[in-house]
Amino acid sequence: MSTKRLTMVESLNLALFEEMRRDPNVLVLGEDVGVNGGVFRVTKDLIKEFGADRSVDTPLAEEAIIGASFGLAVYGKRPVCEIQFDGFIFEGFDQIESHMRRIRMRSRGSFTCPMVLRAPCGGGIRALEHHNESAEMLYCHIPGVVVVMPSGPRNARALLKASIRSNDPVIFFEPKAIYRSIREDIPVDHDEVAPLGKAHIARPGSQFTVITYGPMLKVTMDALKKRIEEKNWDPEVIDLLTLSPLDNETILESVKKTGRVVIVHEAPRTGGIAAEIIARINEFAFFNLQAPIERVTGWDTPYPFFARELTYIPDAPRIMNAIENVLKY
Amino acid sequence: MPKGTITLESIETLSILDEHGHVDEKLLPKLTPEELLKAYRFMLFGRRLDEQAMRYQRQGRIGTFGPNIGQEAAQVGSAMALADQDWFIPSFRELGVWLWRGLSTQAYFMGHMGFEDASTNLKGAGNLPMAVPVATQCCHAAGIAWGIKIDKKKAAAVVYFGDGATSEGSFHEALNFCGTMHLPAVFFCQNNQWAISTPLKKQTASGSLAQKAVAYGVKGVQVDGNDVFAVYVAAQEALERARNGKGATLIEALTFRKSVHTTADDPTVYRTIEEERLWESKDPLSRFKKYLESKNFLNEKKNHELEEKIAQEIKQGYEKAEEFRNSNPDPLSYFDYVYERMPAYLQWQKETAQSQCMGRNMIKGATEAAVAGSGAAAVGQLEEAAD
Repeated sequence: MSTKRLTMVESLNLALFEEMRRDPNVLVLGEDVGVNGGVFRVTKDLIKEFGADRSVDTPLAEEAIIGASFGLAVYGKRPVCEIQFDGFIFEGFDQIESHMRRIRMRSRGSFTCPMVLRAPCGGGIRALEHHNESAEMLYCHIPGVVVVMPSGPRNARALLKASIRSNDPVIFFEPKAIYRSIREDIPVDHDEVAPLGKAHIARPGSQFTVITYGPMLKVTMDALKKRIEEKNWDPEVIDLLTLSPLDNETILESVKKTGRVVIVHEAPRTGGIAAEIIARINEFAFFNLQAPIERVTGWDTPYPFFARELTYIPDAPRIMNAIENVLKY
Repeated sequence: MPKGTITLESIETLSILDEHGHVDEKLLPKLTPEELLKAYRFMLFGRRLDEQAMRYQRQGRIGTFGPNIGQEAAQVGSAMALADQDWFIPSFRELGVWLWRGLSTQAYFMGHMGFEDASTNLKGAGNLPMAVPVATQCCHAAGIAWGIKIDKKKAAAVVYFGDGATSEGSFHEALNFCGTMHLPAVFFCQNNQWAISTPLKKQTASGSLAQKAVAYGVKGVQVDGNDVFAVYVAAQEALERARNGKGATLIEALTFRKSVHTTADDPTVYRTIEEERLWESKDPLSRFKKYLESKNFLNEKKNHELEEKIAQEIKQGYEKAEEFRNSNPDPLSYFDYVYERMPAYLQWQKETAQSQCMGRNMIKGATEAAVAGSGAAAVGQLEEAAD
């Protein structure tokens, strides 16, 4: 098996090449995705192989990009649209809420909406306003759409391929903080497709459980590394990968095993995925708990300008503090 | 660069059948007497179905809906030009098009009784379901037209919307998409003068809605929307242009919503009897009837037979829908259409709902709760009851 060491940008680009070769119905569209290859270069060179008809530079119009993708999808194509930053999805939010997520239900399955909406998300790159938020939970409150966020190059490729093949509409968030900061070996000659709706146990363990996703996986793993090596800590780390529908089973099994849980996410605290996970543990595994659940999150504030962003994003000391609280209870 | 002027595309207007039933023979499309009678039958059908549905709604038998009365020529005239392979992308006031494209009265009433179940026959028919948020469907037309273009099919995507929709961003974004990408779409605006209580003059400062096409490099046409011939001709031309790769068209059909915005609306609050009278004289159905009678294609006896048949079909459709409602339909089937495969947690929720709703006959409860009344403009029973 041959592998290539790729960044997430490169592995996403690879996934698009592979899926567009596999299925002629797949096309990408969005602002600057064609000639420019996307502002982050995720769609780089697609135009060279597939032409301007399948790697399409659209007018600057987010609602039309999302709404036309909906039209293409109900017509029978498999559009992958890019919204340049997740902060600009709101222009087309109506299309997600009113149409993408509803068409299967309100047409009794006559129509489905097999489209992918890709958007970079999250902070940590010292960007301008509206380029840093973690708004993924807004979409988790919209039953009918699948919300996915990879945590590294390898699962990014496998999840994007699965999303393109899904018959449900997928909102695919790409954490830009780790677009290029991690390289992983990608089994390029293997058609690796990750199941949607399934969390991944990033590190099996028995002492306590840390649940996280997206850019916070690396932060969490880095924070734990020293303690694992020096103090024989044995955490179980769950990488959610799909935020909606959420994989209860993997979470609950781990809680039943460890009884101690910390949840880490960059998104604001109120209504974050931690709140939902805690509610579900309360429903199904309350008596397995050995300690109150801790959560480490972004704050319930607008995302600050970049000089202060490190106070907003969860980091190793904050995560360690929460774990110690859970362990010493 | 010296001073100059930019020449803009001009906007065509078209009118063939006047309010007295007289036609401009030079412009009259070639239609057989059978085709003319079919058009009349569907216009009459739509009118009577709306009238009967209003009665049912007042009796609490069906839910809130938006009648089409006064707009039959705009709807049927444009539907006549549509071919099977063309896509119909509706808003929520296109009954004539739906009937023309085969919607059964049973399915119609099932929808108005609050069931999604009749929507299953949309597959393969090229009809999108109703879109209630205003103008969002314009973007869908751009996508569908794009798909048609990719597949090099001789077809078009026809999207319907009202005058109010032309103030929404979606309308403009979609027209711009269709202009820049040269897509086979027809934007059909039923300008019925009123967006609930907002008159056209508060909606736009433009001299017409059709001229909004010019800014997007799309052809614009304004027609007498109560003239079934003018609408048909304009739609036919626009569809031909689209099917032949000549781009999109925006058609503004001037018409009038003679009735309420929805059954929860009361137009006496915001418009005058004089205005309603003025448009009464321009009614699309009576002028078409006058024309057909003048040509001896229709007489009182034939008309009466037609009326009887339509009344019968409406009654039967309603009865069948009621039968469905009384047949114990699965009260929780909507859980099955959220995702392709039901997530385990949703399955658990469905089972929980099942155990909590069991034996409570909750489907009947919802339809029997209808309260007669008026006031709230766009919504349903809750607001009406509180008004």
